[in-house]
Amino acid sequence: MGINYNVPEYEVVRDPQRCIACRVCERQCANEVHSYDPKTGKMKSDESKCVNCHRCVALCPTHALKIVKNNDTYRINAQWSNEAIGEIYRQAETGGMLLSSMGNPKPYPIYWDKMLLNASQVTNPSIDPLREPMETKTFLGKKPDHIERDSEGHIRTDNLPPQLKLEVPILFSAMSYGAISYNAHECLARAARALGTYYNTGEGGLHEDFYKYGPNTIVQVASGRFGVHKGYLEAGAAIEIKIGQGAKPGIGGHLPGAKIVGDISRTRMIPEGSDAISPAPHHDIYSIEDLRQLVYSLKEATEYKKPVIVKIAAVHNVAAIASGIARSGADIIAIDGFRSGTGAAPTRIRDNVGIPIELALAAVDSRLRQEKIRNNVSLIAGGSIRNSADVVKAIALGADAVYIGTAALLALGCHLCRTCQTGKCNWGIATQRPDLVKRLNPDIGTKRLINLVSAWKHEIMEMMGGMGINSIEALRGNRLMLRGVGLNDRELKILGIKHAGE
Amino acid sequence: MKYVIIGNSAAAVGCVEGIRSVDRTGTVTVISDEPYPVYSRPLISYLLCGKTDEEHMKYRPDDFYRKNGVKVLLGRKAVGVDPRRKTVSLETGEQVPFDRLLFATGSHPFVPPMEGLESVEKKFSFMKLDDAKALGAALSEKTRVLIVGAGLIGLKCAEGIRGRVQSIAVVDLADRILPSILDAEGSAIVRRHLEKQGIRFALGDSVARFTGRTALLKSGGKIPFDVLVVAVGVRPNTRLAAGAGCRVGRGIAIDGRSATSVPDLYAAGDCCECRDITTGTDRILAVLPNAYLQGETAGVNMAGGEKTFDKAIPMNSIGFFGLHIITAGSYEGEAWVRKTESTYKKLVTKDNLLKGYILIGDVARAGIYTSLIREKTPLDTIDYELVREKPQLMAFAADRRAAMLGGKANVSD
Amino acid sequence: MKRVYVNEKWCLGCHLCEYNCAFANSGETDMAGALKDVKIHPRIRVEGDNHISFAVSCRHCDDPICVKSCIAGALSVRNGVVHRDRDKCVGCYTCILVCPYGAVMPAPDGKAIQKCELCTDNAFGEPACVKGCPNGAIVFEER
Repeated sequence: MGINYNVPEYEVVRDPQRCIACRVCERQCANEVHSYDPKTGKMKSDESKCVNCHRCVALCPTHALKIVKNNDTYRINAQWSNEAIGEIYRQAETGGMLLSSMGNPKPYPIYWDKMLLNASQVTNPSIDPLREPMETKTFLGKKPDHIERDSEGHIRTDNLPPQLKLEVPILFSAMSYGAISYNAHECLARAARALGTYYNTGEGGLHEDFYKYGPNTIVQVASGRFGVHKGYLEAGAAIEIKIGQGAKPGIGGHLPGAKIVGDISRTRMIPEGSDAISPAPHHDIYSIEDLRQLVYSLKEATEYKKPVIVKIAAVHNVAAIASGIARSGADIIAIDGFRSGTGAAPTRIRDNVGIPIELALAAVDSRLRQEKIRNNVSLIAGGSIRNSADVVKAIALGADAVYIGTAALLALGCHLCRTCQTGKCNWGIATQRPDLVKRLNPDIGTKRLINLVSAWKHEIMEMMGGMGINSIEALRGNRLMLRGVGLNDRELKILGIKHAGE
Repeated sequence: MKYVIIGNSAAAVGCVEGIRSVDRTGTVTVISDEPYPVYSRPLISYLLCGKTDEEHMKYRPDDFYRKNGVKVLLGRKAVGVDPRRKTVSLETGEQVPFDRLLFATGSHPFVPPMEGLESVEKKFSFMKLDDAKALGAALSEKTRVLIVGAGLIGLKCAEGIRGRVQSIAVVDLADRILPSILDAEGSAIVRRHLEKQGIRFALGDSVARFTGRTALLKSGGKIPFDVLVVAVGVRPNTRLAAGAGCRVGRGIAIDGRSATSVPDLYAAGDCCECRDITTGTDRILAVLPNAYLQGETAGVNMAGGEKTFDKAIPMNSIGFFGLHIITAGSYEGEAWVRKTESTYKKLVTKDNLLKGYILIGDVARAGIYTSLIREKTPLDTIDYELVREKPQLMAFAADRRAAMLGGKANVSD
Repeated sequence: MKRVYVNEKWCLGCHLCEYNCAFANSGETDMAGALKDVKIHPRIRVEGDNHISFAVSCRHCDDPICVKSCIAGALSVRNGVVHRDRDKCVGCYTCILVCPYGAVMPAPDGKAIQKCELCTDNAFGEPACVKGCPNGAIVFEER
């Protein structure tokens, strides 16, 4: 098509004093950016292929490489940024939708960073988690309306609906086998078991090797129903009905037939080579009543032993929707904010649809309290949790626990190059190419996930102790522990918090 | 327990180390007619060219005998072994008693009858340190050397002295050099390489008569020389063992435990013949690794342990002026040859087994081939075509490789 | 005794072990300075491509045939490590003839052999190949 108008986004800078031409960059780049020139004995780069995943940078033994933003620029224009122009060129060339992955990278407000936590001074002593008991354990599921006691006066616990017991209020969010690799799944499963929490199959089914991690697995039922069968439902600790996801609310999924091979085909229960198309809606759900039917179908299938989660994307009417879900028989509602990641999404959807989780969470929690049905469900917030402070703020806003997806993948090596959709993940995460998958050694990945969550757990305990709080239960919905900075009245009202200084 | 070892080279050391792996307390006596603590005989050519010295030729550290509690009788010659009274008689008349005994008596140079040999003033063998010292003392820049024998010893000698003499000529009855380890083609490659170093060959020829400093060849040629080295071959030292009633063929007959036919008498090294597993025949396999392994096996068994060495094969690694040659096994079977300008490679297979190989020039990872021979690895259990191209562990099945690289490492005889 | 073990399942064929080995044994303190424009002669070698690959270095056998076969007495076992005495080695390559792993190789000058000594003979003190392996394919442990 004549001239390619697009310029490489990044530049590979190689320090000739440091490069020893060991070719590790060449061997490790699935995008084939690097090559060795036998004539000169030097390394060369083709930057047009570089996605800035940093695999080469991380493995270069002499630190001879860095990837920098290409300084090349079109004529500066506040309206027409380089990116905006580049996207036009790409679409003019291909005629296709722009595809991308991981979370929304645009500079929308991050409300986590506009909320500050409280700490005790003088009148209410803080708690030292190293010396005093501090409980990070929490239970997800429907709670009874009132306390019942047995004949001896003890509080009854044998009458509770099924609960998920979490040693730390952090779960790994849904990522399907297919979107991520077998080894990535193994890391998540093993880490969840070690940490006393849960990971989530996504809509790819559960690989037969991972049934042994069932007690720490949440099995998902999505619109495509891939991989769903009785054994699958029974294998998990909980069942999640996925209505939507934060990265692409309102649209379905599409895993190309080329990726439906071998174990993935078997696990999803669809023929090799056929596209795995998840419809945008569940074709049997057009109302809360329909949803209730699915919730109870799943409960019936699993003898009411497992909590049912309904996962929705944070969208405009999220509070009303959540209210309906809380009345549908669901035990847990997972709300996924507009920053959440994905293995592939139309760029425009990813970047322009949905609302921030902070506002959605606050709105849902408030609404359920107003309607006195908050105890009907637990709330899981996901889609932008970056660190333990975000976790604490989410719980203070009303969450029972949080889902982390992007943070977990980062722990496994993801560098947020946002090109999962190409299937050439150099870190062995979002790929099915055997030579790439083996780059993620589950022994190492599991350890890194455990490290991450353990570190967060310590930090959560420190922050809670500082506030004089010694359990997740006491922090949940405790919005007095939050103050806003730089927020307008409307935002403060929705978040249900005061401004700093108030 | 009293152990006596006659001989003091690789087999003897192997025996001492074998005994001590089982028995730390028994007395061990080593009897050697040489005056030196154990040294490496194959290094004498390197000594002559200055690549090593007497200090570095020591096969074991100075404290070897002390640490292993070995009584060592140097410069003492054993002249008889009485298996009933269990004593060794020395030349001095002393009697050394033993419970178990090892013959590690090695071999001696074979000097065939050659007419006029007595007229040659400076003539040497090339086996022991004293041989090398004497030869070295006789050399000068003007010396013309004649070596009779183009085998391993003769040619190693040639390499060792090349830089110190004016000329070297080598005569051998065989039509090629290194006939015991190389085929005609490989031999020619090595010969050309040696000739480039100025060594002249008279092959398929022999000395008809010496007259002082001239050798008259059967072919009619004449070779003037100043120093003669006779390296025609070696003969195992079997006299003591035969005298003690041991069965002796070409060498002392031993079994896989290094035991002779007489109880409590063992033998190891160049004085023995043993089963070559590539041919199934009993041969003298006079190479140092076999000597050590047989000695060690003997030692363990003498001390009451259990050890069998049943993987003996002919094998040699040798280099001349930078050209390396590694060979192993026997060459009867189907041959596969690959040549380049500077390398030669021949693999011989038979009955689904690798039987032998020759590598010249490129000897990298040859041990993988050797191991295929020694372990009798059926070739249909590996990717033989791959390993044929280049010795590599990739040719093994993944589980075998996992055991090799991830399992407990324990590979030896 | 701790040894280097290789699990090909996790080997990426990146060859970093070879470069880390070459650096560790270079005597230099800066990798770029040590290996720039230099042909390396590592004591660990990677076989294979990026689908199946694995590194091979001395196994430090309990019963090492190279030590028993060494004609010069230049190989010995020191605290479990098969050690080469460079001054005694004459480069006859008998160890190359017998090592079933192909883990002994000529030193760069061809005058002696070289082999992995678990970095006990250099300033690293612990196997550099293991430390630098990005995927845990080479480990140093007791088995």
